[in-house]
This record gives sequence, structure tokens and C-alpha cells, in this order.
Amino acid sequence: MTLTASLETTAAVHLDGVVKRYGTVTAVDSIDLRIRPGEVVALLGPNGAGKTTTVDMLLGLTRPDAGTVTIHGLSPRDAVARGRISAVMQTGGLLKDYTVEETVRLTAVLFGKPRSAVKAALERAGIADIGDRLVGKCSGGQQQRLRFAMALLPDPDLLILDEPTTGMDVGGRREFWDAIRQDAADGRTVIFATHYLEEADAYADRIVLVRRGRIVADGTAAEVKALAAGRTVRATLPGADRIDWAAVPGVESSEVRGDTVHLHGRDSDTIARHLLTETEARDLEITSRNLEDAFLTLTAEDPA
Amino acid sequence: MTTQALPIGMIGLEIRRLARNKRTLIFTLVMPAAFFLLFGSSAEYRTTRVGEGNLTGYILVSMAVYGAMLAATSGGAMVSIERAAGWSRQLRLTPLTPAAYIAIKIIVAMIVGAIAVVAVNVVGAFSGAELPIGAWIGCALLAWVCSLVFAAFGLFMGYLLPSENVMQILGPALAVLSFAGGLFVPADQLGSTFATISKFTPVYGVGELARYPLTHAGDVWLAVLNVLAWTALFAAGAMWRFRRDTARV
Repeated sequence: MTLTASLETTAAVHLDGVVKRYGTVTAVDSIDLRIRPGEVVALLGPNGAGKTTTVDMLLGLTRPDAGTVTIHGLSPRDAVARGRISAVMQTGGLLKDYTVEETVRLTAVLFGKPRSAVKAALERAGIADIGDRLVGKCSGGQQQRLRFAMALLPDPDLLILDEPTTGMDVGGRREFWDAIRQDAADGRTVIFATHYLEEADAYADRIVLVRRGRIVADGTAAEVKALAAGRTVRATLPGADRIDWAAVPGVESSEVRGDTVHLHGRDSDTIARHLLTETEARDLEITSRNLEDAFLTLTAEDPA
Repeated sequence: MTTQALPIGMIGLEIRRLARNKRTLIFTLVMPAAFFLLFGSSAEYRTTRVGEGNLTGYILVSMAVYGAMLAATSGGAMVSIERAAGWSRQLRLTPLTPAAYIAIKIIVAMIVGAIAVVAVNVVGAFSGAELPIGAWIGCALLAWVCSLVFAAFGLFMGYLLPSENVMQILGPALAVLSFAGGLFVPADQLGSTFATISKFTPVYGVGELARYPLTHAGDVWLAVLNVLAWTALFAAGAMWRFRRDTARV
């Protein structure tokens, strides 16, 4: 088996040149994305960036105008029907006059799962105690955990969360993410769309930043931050003002304040290596700007 | 695959949910029976003969049709509420096929329709309705089977009207159609022009057919044609909206 073939079969998600248009608006503009099993990926972007459209295509709710979407090598509809992929949607999707337990039981019936699976899903989502409550009488957080229980029922390989904590209070948000984290620790792949930077930063192994239907950055939280704003290397170096910093590899801008030098650049490793091997610099400190700066820089509208 | 093409277990849960909705219960079970008692059980009607039964029996059949019609329509129209709540979209994240979903809706609508027919007939049996037993069974069965046309109507309207309170529109609409179709008052009592128009309205065929085992009167083939034509029309409409809906969602 060649390396590419093995990648092909093991990718949890593979988007290849995916395009989706609504009339004259291009919601998703040629996205290529490969997600490995077990990754926790944040799809981060401002409203209207194409996150929900991308999620809809992953779930087979919308068909791309061009390109292909595969989930573990299957078409999205097949992956849904076989319970390989499931989702917690942002709002709606519940009937008020079902009880919590009935809603999960119905899902179990549709997936051909036994009664015991209902109990297990309710317990994992932390709503076993409110099984008899009517959905219409549940709080927003409880309803979200009900959606989570429904999504867990087919025991999917891949779980999609579309803006999952919208409308939850801080406590609810925390509990929800704790449940997801625990779940992902067992090897489930998780993709979540969000516009909360803190959530992406705190819970994702990998951040895919989208803007106007395109991926503008893809990497770990640290990499994405570095991409936009670079990092700053600060060092103490007497006589720093006598050095031509612009000639140093990796340095994009510099600032000298007395014996302290601040060097900005995307490749902070090279700058640090230079400082430590070629100069007498000490007290090195490397900092990245926060994700919010990166987000704003990368998703800013073009000045055009 | 462990999943079934038609998940039978869903039907029981759906019936349970419907039974929780008091408005639906009053609409489909209490109202037709109340109308029967109000308009059909007077002493005069009990003594007026119709075919081998009495006029009370005749009204009973009409009200059974009305009940089945309301039940089937509201069963079909449930799709409207479910679309508005995003439930249909949620179901698309399960192995349930759209066709199986529609089949379940129709089955549930017909089960509720059957309960409505039984309810009116039980009330009728204790309130002086007289029909030969064969006619009684025949009328009840026909009232029930023909309400399929209204399951299709409910589905069509459910897809057409995005309203959460679709039955608030359909309830009065069905009452008007029932008058127009001669279900409450025989159409020929309202003039010949009206009687002619009546023959083309959707309730006419169902009413005529359901009452035939009792009256053995009227043009059966015209009634059959009426029922088939309206069923085809409503089913085509429902299919058209349904296709658009699943293409979009």
C-alpha cells in the first residue's frame, strides 16, 4: 500500500476543491481540507464565513456545486445513514412535546440501537435525571445536552458541533466542553464551528480559520497566532542599538529600548537561534500575540 | 445493517406525542362526536328513515367522515410544525429516508383517523343511530379509507404553509369544504347550481361513498372519480413540495 492510499483510507474528512454557491454568493470557495481520525478541529471564522455551509456539506444536508466530500471514504449521506458521522446543531431540531427520553429513544429506533443505548447516551450527556421532562420545559443548556445525547447514540467516529455553546451560560458551556473533551479522549474525531476564539484556543488541537469561503490559516492555535502576527523575541543585550537588526534572518521589524531589544518576525526560532549563537543576548522571552489579534488580522476585509 | 426501512417503533412514539396535544384530541375526537349529538340525535331524526337505517345513522356516518378527515389532515399537517422546529432537518441526520418519514406520517394520520371514526361510532351507537350491521361496518371502513385523501391534503398544506398553527387555518377550511361537499347539509337542499358545484369539491366524493352502504343512492362512480382525482391532486402537490423541501434542506 502506498502512503497516499493509506492516507486516503484513514482520513476522517476529506474535502477536495469544494465549492458552494447560493445565487451570486459564493459561500464556500474551493476548500481543500483533510482531517485525521482523532483530531479535535475548530472551524473558526466570523459570521457568514462559510462555516455552516461547510458543516451542512459534511453532513450531506447540502450538496457542493463542485468538488467532493468524503467521510471515512464514504459519501456524507452514507456516512450519516451508517452512523459514522453525527452532529449537534446550533438551534432547533427538537420537538417540544416529546420527553427527553422519548427523543433519544426515537433516535435509537431510527439507528436500530437497543434500549440500553438510550440509557447510556442519556448518562454520557448528563441528562439521565431529566428523562421524563418535556423538551419544551428544558433549559437551553439541557436541550443542547439532549442534542449531544442524540448525536452520541450511533457511536459515531466523527462528531460535528455547529456553534454548540450559543446561548449557554459559562457553567453550562464548561460542562458541555468537559463532556466533549472526555469523549474526544477516547479517540473520537471532533470538528466544531465557532466564532468564540477562546473556545477554539482552549479546546482544539487544530484551528482552521475561514474567511469568505476560503481557508486563510490552518494549524495549531500557536501556529495560527504566529501566522497572523508573528512572535516577538525580547532579549537583554547591551549595545543592541549598534546592530543592524534588519539584516538578521527572520527579523521583520525591531525596536531597541536601552539594553532591551524587541524583534518581531514569523520565524521566531531563527531569530532566537541567531541571538543565542551570534550575540551575547540573554533573558530571552518569546511571546505570541493572542488568538484574537490573529483572528482579526486574518479575517479582516481587504482594503479594496 | 441493523436499521429498518420503515421503523415501526417510531409509530408508537408518534401516537404518544399526538395524544399529548390536547388541541388535536379535541379537534379530532371530541368535536365530531359533539357535532353528531348536537345535529343528529334529535327525536325527529331518530324516527326519520333513511335506507334501512335512520337519519341519525346518516348524520353519524357524515360525522365519522368529518372526524376522520380532521384527524388525517392534522396528522399530515404535522410536517409543518416539524419543519418549523427544524425536526425534519434533524431526522435527515439519521438513516430515516424522506420517503419513510412520509410513510410514517400517513400511517400515523390514518391511525388517528381510525380512532376518530371509532369514537364517533361508539357515541352514535349509544345515541340512537340505527344502521344494519353490514352497512355500519361498511360506512365506517369507507369513511376511514377515504380519509386518505385528506392525509394527502394535510401533507400538501403542511409543506405549503410554514405556519406553526397550520390547523388554525385548515380547521375552518375543512368546515367550509364540508359544507360545500354536502357533508353537513345535503347539497341538493341548497339549490341546483350549488349541487352541481358541490360535486367537484373534495369532501363530496368521500361523503357520498361513505354513506353508500346505508343509502344505496347517488352516483357511486362519480364519487369514486372525485376521491381518486383529489387524492392524486393533493398527493402530487405534496410530492412537489416535498421534493423541493428535501432538495433545499
